[in-house]
Amino acid sequence: MNRFKDSEHLIRVAAVFLVGVTLFLCFRAWFVPKSFGQYGHYRADSITEIAALPVVHAGHETCEACHADVLEVKKAGKHAGVNCEACHGPQAKHAEDPGSVKPVLPDTSVLCARCHEANSAKPKWFPAVVTGEHSQGLPCNTCHTPHSPHIGDK
Amino acid sequence: MNRRFFITLTGAAAIAWEHVLAGAPESSPNYKIADHWWAMLIDVDKCIGCGNCVRACAAENNVPEGFFRTWIERYQVDDEHMMEPIVDSPDGGKHGFPAHPAGGSLTGANFKEFFVPKLCNHCVDSPCTQVCPVGATFTTPDGVVLVDEKYCLGCRYCVQACPYGCRFIHPEKNVAQKCTLCYHRITKGLTTACCEACPTGSRQLADLRNPKDPIHDFMKKHSVQVLKPQMATGAKAFYANLDGSVR
Repeated sequence: MNRFKDSEHLIRVAAVFLVGVTLFLCFRAWFVPKSFGQYGHYRADSITEIAALPVVHAGHETCEACHADVLEVKKAGKHAGVNCEACHGPQAKHAEDPGSVKPVLPDTSVLCARCHEANSAKPKWFPAVVTGEHSQGLPCNTCHTPHSPHIGDK
Repeated sequence: MNRRFFITLTGAAAIAWEHVLAGAPESSPNYKIADHWWAMLIDVDKCIGCGNCVRACAAENNVPEGFFRTWIERYQVDDEHMMEPIVDSPDGGKHGFPAHPAGGSLTGANFKEFFVPKLCNHCVDSPCTQVCPVGATFTTPDGVVLVDEKYCLGCRYCVQACPYGCRFIHPEKNVAQKCTLCYHRITKGLTTACCEACPTGSRQLADLRNPKDPIHDFMKKHSVQVLKPQMATGAKAFYANLDGSVR
């Protein structure tokens, strides 16, 4: 009946193993964030963190809520498809606090050329000029109104 | 410190730590992550190389100077150089393009040139997420590839894995960064900063899970490609009117 005489060795090993596994599970529960594995092998909370970053461009719907008059002019002209912040730059701060944050009016002699300066790589349908010949350095809004740039009827 | 106090303290610390780990910031309440599958549609014929998208992206996402989450390339191709087109992108096209590439232009037969905007392709089977050793980069349930900056070690595996060169290491934070498809905007019902600033509508944000999205109609009526289809990345930046020489 001395067959299980040395069973204490096994029990000790099992106990040590059990303690090890318990410690591992405890540490894992402690260190791995709750949301890790919710969607996959990553921290799902980081999605919410990235989604909560501040918006810098307000979006044209926000602009149009106040500047309906500009929208009317723009809708009738060639720049109907160009959003406000394409030219005026990011304006979320202005949209949040229109009283104290005033946008700087862009300089048309620089601004318009960004799109309308002639370049052979531009698509053929796009209206472009060599500004040096076309306006001799005059700001574009001397003749054109940027919100509806076509001169003359239509 | 007696035993009772110590045990109380440990319990309180454990509860506090839960909150540290959870760290749940304010999310978008009306956004259902399962209802969207984001992509981008780029019409090469409409790109005028103005650089508006690059500037808007830099402003929106605080992209460090000299690095790009989106950029524009100018391609020059002729009959002799179908496999080796001239590609230039001075400062990512942020300030537009000079009349000719710095290295000179091609002059051969059937010469053509055009602009190609580039950004993260938000691949379905993205090589970059597969190589991340710590689970810091992943595809969200709505199809956007993001980087968890708290988990990123800055090991650069993903930078090398991306076949499109869309990732970089932030010089100060030392973490991988890339286009988030303006995840903080699209979850609030806005479009991306680059689409908002694009004057010709060359870029369109698309939601493939929305049956009313105009992309479905567009894809039926136009020839649409992705970059490097042979890599089977499941790229979701769809290019219309793309020249065969673009890599």
